[in-house]
Amino acid sequence: MEQTKYLVVGSSHAALEAVTAIRMHDATGSLTLLTRDPHLPYSPTVLPYVVSGRSAPDGIFLRDEKFFADQGVQLKRGTALKALHTERNAAELADGSEIAYEKILLATGASPAIPPIPGIDTVSYHVLRTLDDATRLNAAIKQSKQAVVLGAGLVGMHAAENLVKVGAGVTVVEMAKQLTDGYFDAIAAGLIEKAFTDNGARILTGSRVVKLAPSAASFGTPATPATPGVTLTLESGATLEADLLLVATGVKPNMDYLVGSPVEHDRGILVSDTMQSSVANVWSAGDCAQAKGFFTDDKVMNAILPDAAEQGRIAGMAMAGDSGLKKYPGGVPLNTYHFFGRHAISVGSSKVPEGAEVLTRFDEVSGRYLKAIFKNGCLLGIYGVNEFFDGGVMCQLILRRIDLSPVKERFLAEPMTVGREIMSKTWR
Amino acid sequence: MAMFGGAYNTIAFDAAQCDGCGDCMTACATVKTGTVDKTRSRIQIVDSADDGFELALCRQCGDPKCVTVCPAGALTKDGASGVIDWNAAKCVDCLLCTVGCAYAGIALDAGSGHVAKCDTCDGAPACVPACPHGALKYITTSRIYNEVGDWEDLFAPGLAGCQGCNTELLMRHTLRRVGPDTVLATPPGCVPGMGSVGFNGTTGTKVPVFHPLLTNTAAMLAGIKRQYKRVGREVNALAIAGDGGASDVGFQSLSGAAERNEQMLFMVVDNEGYMNTGMQRSSCTPYGAWTSTTPVGQGSGGMPSQGKTQDAKNLPLIMVNHRCEYVATASTAYMEDLYDKLDRALEASKRGFAYLHVYSPCTTGWRFPTNQNMEVARKAVETNFVMLWEYNPRDGLQFTRPVDDPLPVTDYLKAMGRFRHLSPDQISHIQSKVVENLAFVKQMAHRQSA
Repeated sequence: MEQTKYLVVGSSHAALEAVTAIRMHDATGSLTLLTRDPHLPYSPTVLPYVVSGRSAPDGIFLRDEKFFADQGVQLKRGTALKALHTERNAAELADGSEIAYEKILLATGASPAIPPIPGIDTVSYHVLRTLDDATRLNAAIKQSKQAVVLGAGLVGMHAAENLVKVGAGVTVVEMAKQLTDGYFDAIAAGLIEKAFTDNGARILTGSRVVKLAPSAASFGTPATPATPGVTLTLESGATLEADLLLVATGVKPNMDYLVGSPVEHDRGILVSDTMQSSVANVWSAGDCAQAKGFFTDDKVMNAILPDAAEQGRIAGMAMAGDSGLKKYPGGVPLNTYHFFGRHAISVGSSKVPEGAEVLTRFDEVSGRYLKAIFKNGCLLGIYGVNEFFDGGVMCQLILRRIDLSPVKERFLAEPMTVGREIMSKTWR
Repeated sequence: MAMFGGAYNTIAFDAAQCDGCGDCMTACATVKTGTVDKTRSRIQIVDSADDGFELALCRQCGDPKCVTVCPAGALTKDGASGVIDWNAAKCVDCLLCTVGCAYAGIALDAGSGHVAKCDTCDGAPACVPACPHGALKYITTSRIYNEVGDWEDLFAPGLAGCQGCNTELLMRHTLRRVGPDTVLATPPGCVPGMGSVGFNGTTGTKVPVFHPLLTNTAAMLAGIKRQYKRVGREVNALAIAGDGGASDVGFQSLSGAAERNEQMLFMVVDNEGYMNTGMQRSSCTPYGAWTSTTPVGQGSGGMPSQGKTQDAKNLPLIMVNHRCEYVATASTAYMEDLYDKLDRALEASKRGFAYLHVYSPCTTGWRFPTNQNMEVARKAVETNFVMLWEYNPRDGLQFTRPVDDPLPVTDYLKAMGRFRHLSPDQISHIQSKVVENLAFVKQMAHRQSA
């Protein structure tokens, strides 16, 4: 049986950061990186730009073969983890082979969550999580005249914008009352929605699809063979016809391989402040891990890129026994979103706890919007549309629980400048 | 160079010198955007509401978060220059890097719609010369670490020096620079005591080393150099001597070798006394300093003893009056300066006599904490207690690190125990000597370069 000291499963940000952290401390211990994806490592976050054509599919890789060779890492692509046998420290792969590990990192990410809509198995639809998904969708949007996007999260909205830009009629259907729910508040979501509707998209929030069926209509063009269409029936009884359906209603962690294993998991794999699972020699990081939140002691899913990188690094350091390890402070939600040449940034909690103070300013003419949530003088969250501030600085203000009471008015007026001033004085 | 482990140049900001004029931002915007729009500058000086000015600038981190959170592979750390490069063709304008960076080092340039960050202008940052107040400096000391670190260490591992002594630095780095084709003379003093002449029948260096008398170092080294020349072999003749061995009993042979313009590099490590034998005074010990032979106490005959009663001899200036090929003063607090001078001294020693005088604070004899050596050395320069200059017969004497706005000499005196007893009269004597010495060297610099 193949043996390795460190087995890292997954090949995106969490896994790559773990590899770097391990190699910082242990330059020679055998290290294997296993991924179900056939490609070199890439980020799911870049895929909307592959769909739009802005990023070349062969230009998005985060590491090349040489990196792994130089770092003494054995790269096994195109092979998924099938089962974990923690009692004998062995990983069973999809091809039936096994790898014995001393320490394993589960950074297997997530897959699209497919909602149980009646008829969904009778129609063809797109999802967007892998590079192959992206290249398929990139080809499909060029053909589309009339598309429907299920889900108004960032993946769905990115795709909708791409579709608008190639001239397709686009309808976004979202169950929640607003789009980008959980990232941005109602005013910000309204600004985003307006940008879309101004560009001809239709946004149906608070709306649910109750039935999907193959469409009688044919959307083929003379140049291309007919694509099977989809008829969507909404809760209201209205129907939508689509030649392209994208299901972007969220993700679920990849952890099927844990069936029968004692590794504790809830919505994701439950991990400690050092990313260790409930079982010896098993760590987890990134979108499949459920770790402490910064604003709550409960373990939460915080499936965002910066957190994946942070968790991956902590896991790698813990696995290698690096004494410089600092415990995970808890996940802080962070998001940036670019739409129709505008940008939105959100840092921190979107919830307003009891006793918190919410300060906003909004200029309807310029579309500039800022919202900040404070409690006991400390920043809990800050959101901006077309109002640039340094998200990394804001995140430190939150993590360090810096009392902003003396500068609150100035901060709200000029978050970027005041944030930089405090940064330079406090942690430069 | 390796991806990791190298040292890099960096832009340093001295907030105390900044008056917020914004010339650095204008210069940056001009070079990078073709506009004078300061908001588009990659270096941002922030006017602090209550006091002074603050800075937001890419630190070119060794472990850059912006790179780790970039989903498009558009940011990379250049292993050779240390600069984090931004690839416009790969960037997707997602702004995640601005969320990753805790220092506001990469931010949205509204004028272009893309993120922008400092790239140090390929090693010649436009902001630095644009600053009229010296608040920005481009620190290039990394060259020493990167280049010298690769040269062979010709000193034995392990030393018997006092904790915190900077002489190990001098010995190792000087030998690295002069290289293996060297004969080394180390007369009695701290350097042999620390191990240059070796232990148990082996030498402490990987080059031939000998242990002359205090009195005859320069004479013996001159003879050895001449014999090598006679047999046609090119070697560097190097002496590392203390101030006692150079300015007191060793002075006769030193002066003679300089007068004959013998081809050698004579380095004096001046710790202002005979520190390895119990801290006796030398002719380089400054006025007022405590040593074991200039004690502090009741004295005799009703005359209290208050440290040394004579001023120090200025040996490097005496060497200038030999019209040597090269004479310089140096300090381990200014390594770039020291290295430049070591280069020039070595070169000059191939033509004739080169003399390098290094001020070397002594943790044990001067009585200061072992972690303060560089700070004491720096304070000596910042107060003009010692001056850094170089001389050669063609260009005369020139200051290499002029201090236009010196600190009061008490800042230096207070940094150590050997001056703790000083009376106000003694302090004012020392301060007036600093002024007098500066005027004297300035006069020489003026006369000789005129």
